[in-house]
Amino acid sequence: MLTRRVIPCLDVDNGRVVKGVSFVDIRDAGDPAELAAFYNAEGADELVFLDITASSDDRNTMVDVVEKVSSEVFIPLTVGGGIRSVDDMRKMLEAGADKVSVNSAAVANPQLIEDCANEFGSQCIVLAMDVKRVDGPIIGNFETFGQVPAEALFQIFTHGGRHPTALDAIKWARLATQSGAGELLVTSMDADGQKTGYDNELLSTISESVTVPVIASGGAGKLDHFYDALTEGKSDAVLAASLFHFGELKVSEVKSYLAERGIPVRGD
Amino acid sequence: MTENSKTPRIIVLNTRAANVHSVEKALRKVGANPLVTSDPAELATADAAVLPGVGASDAVMTALNTLGLSEPVKEFAASGKPLLCVCVGLQVLFDSSEEGELPGLGLVDGNVQLIPTGMKDNLGFNMKVPHMGWNQVEFTGEDSDRNPLFKGIPQSSNFYFVHSYRCVPDEQAEVAAIADYGVEVCAAVARGNVVGTQFHPEKSGDVGLKIYKNFLDLASATSN
Repeated sequence: MLTRRVIPCLDVDNGRVVKGVSFVDIRDAGDPAELAAFYNAEGADELVFLDITASSDDRNTMVDVVEKVSSEVFIPLTVGGGIRSVDDMRKMLEAGADKVSVNSAAVANPQLIEDCANEFGSQCIVLAMDVKRVDGPIIGNFETFGQVPAEALFQIFTHGGRHPTALDAIKWARLATQSGAGELLVTSMDADGQKTGYDNELLSTISESVTVPVIASGGAGKLDHFYDALTEGKSDAVLAASLFHFGELKVSEVKSYLAERGIPVRGD
Repeated sequence: MTENSKTPRIIVLNTRAANVHSVEKALRKVGANPLVTSDPAELATADAAVLPGVGASDAVMTALNTLGLSEPVKEFAASGKPLLCVCVGLQVLFDSSEEGELPGLGLVDGNVQLIPTGMKDNLGFNMKVPHMGWNQVEFTGEDSDRNPLFKGIPQSSNFYFVHSYRCVPDEQAEVAAIADYGVEVCAAVARGNVVGTQFHPEKSGDVGLKIYKNFLDLASATSN
């Protein structure tokens, strides 16, 4: 039986993990390799590293981070942030990433997904989607994709949620998976940081629209939120960042909770 | 560890697949000193070899054919030395695949088929293709008969899978391990010295590293 995955997400700025607190077992909460080892020991099924380095000059630091983490921790590693080309993706894969996530660059140039999938295979390509519920008329870049359909409920944003686009999330999910995205990382901007639960309507709608796995992101605050995202939200994996980094919940607690409620998780 | 005649020469065949470097790192982690290469001459003198692969089977077969590695890999398999094939590296051992047009290496009789879609899991949801994530692996047969690569690994351990196609060997006896994904998924094939895993041991935590450790031990025995 395939297990549902629990995935901590770590933001990395210039080679250092940000937004974390020190746990008892780690000396340096800013060291990506040490945190990765910590989460691995906690039972994390996979890790996502998001490069939030502002200057592209410093991006090579991320390659070193990936190199180091993947030499120490032997679970799947997804790396995202600032990936704009096949070459960017190759650098990360050669450094030891298993999957690379694309977001803004794929919206600007959807061909990027197909090019990367042709080069490395769909299993490497994660499409990260920042989604906001439509509230009033959509303002955005209409050139690439035309008008958002009248019935659209969910709008795609890029550049860390700063730029609205004319893309409907469901349409984008279908288009991207047809182009070769092998997995979708779906973040609800409405739920993110609220700790009131994932946007399960968004998640289940997307999950039913595609055949590839969906990772739920944004809104986790309590144990039952993870359960809801995997049942009501029909997601294949659940991701959280600050909840884990601030020690509010442990990965192991989430997995025990899910297992007690009949969700298959990796226990060993 | 110092270089000496007893350090096994382990080759990771560079098929340009994305997991080549992960395989190399896992081998280093367990104490091996692997060489990543696509040179057939290096393969011919190796004590043991790994054939990694992800992505499409035609991509791996094209790489093997272009690099002049197809025949050398067959010869290596026939030499009796340990050959570990991972994911698409396993799939190309077969005669053919529904995924691609190029014939496989034909080292294992059988073919490779698309995992059926529309199956429901125990929560009542559609099972996704690709089969991606950690799944329980059951080794077939008696523990005492297990291939040496899988010794010491607890039954029902979880391993990490990413694939859309599944191997269907003609000989059931060559299925070394299975996983349940609505349909039976062949998780590992063993034909003497030639072993393939559908899962990624290099991404399966401690149980995965144990396979590489077993592989290193086998390679050491071969080099002595």
